[in-house]
Amino acid sequence: MDLVDFFEKFIKIVTRYWDVFLIKGLSTTLALSAIAVFFGAIIGTLLAFGKMGKSRILRGVITAYVEIIRGTPSLLQVYVGYFVVPLLLPSLNVSTYASVAIALTINSSAYVSEVIRSGIQAVDKGQTEAARSLGLTQSQAMIKVVLPQAVKNILPALGNEFITIIKETSLASTFFVGDLMTSYLTVNGKEFLPLQCLLIVGIIYFILTFILGRGVSALERRLSHD
Amino acid sequence: MIKVTDLHKSFGKLLVLNGVTEHIKKGEAVSIIGPSGSGKSTFLRCLNLLEMPDSGTVEFEGHVLNRKGVDINQYRRRMGMVFQSFNVFPHMSCIDNITMAPVLQKLKTKEEATAQAEELLHKVGLYEKRNEHPNKLSGGQKQRLAIVRSLAMEPDVMLFDEPTSALDPEMVGEVLSVIRDLVKGGMTTVIVSHEMGFAREISDRVLFMDGGNIMERGTPEEIFQHPQNPRTKDFLAKVL
Repeated sequence: MDLVDFFEKFIKIVTRYWDVFLIKGLSTTLALSAIAVFFGAIIGTLLAFGKMGKSRILRGVITAYVEIIRGTPSLLQVYVGYFVVPLLLPSLNVSTYASVAIALTINSSAYVSEVIRSGIQAVDKGQTEAARSLGLTQSQAMIKVVLPQAVKNILPALGNEFITIIKETSLASTFFVGDLMTSYLTVNGKEFLPLQCLLIVGIIYFILTFILGRGVSALERRLSHD
Repeated sequence: MIKVTDLHKSFGKLLVLNGVTEHIKKGEAVSIIGPSGSGKSTFLRCLNLLEMPDSGTVEFEGHVLNRKGVDINQYRRRMGMVFQSFNVFPHMSCIDNITMAPVLQKLKTKEEATAQAEELLHKVGLYEKRNEHPNKLSGGQKQRLAIVRSLAMEPDVMLFDEPTSALDPEMVGEVLSVIRDLVKGGMTTVIVSHEMGFAREISDRVLFMDGGNIMERGTPEEIFQHPQNPRTKDFLAKVL
């Protein structure tokens, strides 16, 4: 392989298609990840509290949900989302994008619920006991004493979940939803230069996750400092 | 003030409390001594229902606490508790550690609570640390903070669960002296302790627990000088 030739073609792809990668691809990937983590965090929080709650049935259902999501491939879940969501909501005429986003949200909610639950349970039991001994109710103790301490454990882990989801969204390209990996498929389909296209996409993914990873580490340091 | 009748508690198959009956009177200082695993801490933690007994009753000023429908929080406010591991709140300044509970429960305004907290911190020599977070405090300072945090609720009784066991030896004295002042001031006090000398000095009564029950009770003089029960004798021979 001729390196000079390789990079000439690489430059050609970059100059001709940079907007496909950077504007369409990157923004779709970021939007999908943000949706999945944001709604995943909301659902995951509810799941976490359900799992720590009193109802044995609810705990069982949530455990099964989390285990199934964590025990099956994400790609399979995206497929299931693609086929099942339109069946469940036929009248809404759900787009492929929405189906995939829902599948990723469900995936993320299972992981986030574990992040939140372990973050809360990592707070020393003595903290709750001290709060309760001062006459605080269970929920006052949770809000005033446990959660502010749990946030330090949870926020960095949530950042890492965001990074994971960014990489998982590449699975969405199976259904051409316009994410970064889809832009690889589109451009390569026209130019037949797979390695150059992959290199571009890879660089963008890497820069993105690298920056976010550094952000998470900085956040970790700051939180542990207080 | 606190009346306990036939208290039983098991953790799984392990029977920890086996029919404890005891009456703690107002203004009394009671020490609980005994070997580890004898149920001392569990007994103390049953008094404010941090542990829920399996059977028997805990009464506070005539009200049964371990009954359905009782608002336990209302009673816990009146029973301060100090833990072996301090359990100060690391995400709050010293002053917020103290004011949080009274303000949250609307017993005091923020200003009243702050004024009271400053006075309490002054009393235990922590006034200079009022705006620091607990990670800047030594073990002894944390425990003194934990004690005044409980006092800010103006409790009728103070429960101490091995308050000096997690401390370096040179810090034990400063914490014991705070407790001593409290007892002298007439606070009803129940203290689980391994500090025999201290128990002997400050207590009106001493309870010796072993095997999930109170084996012997009496004045410090009776327990330490003339123990009757062979197990009390055996225990004291080992620790004194």
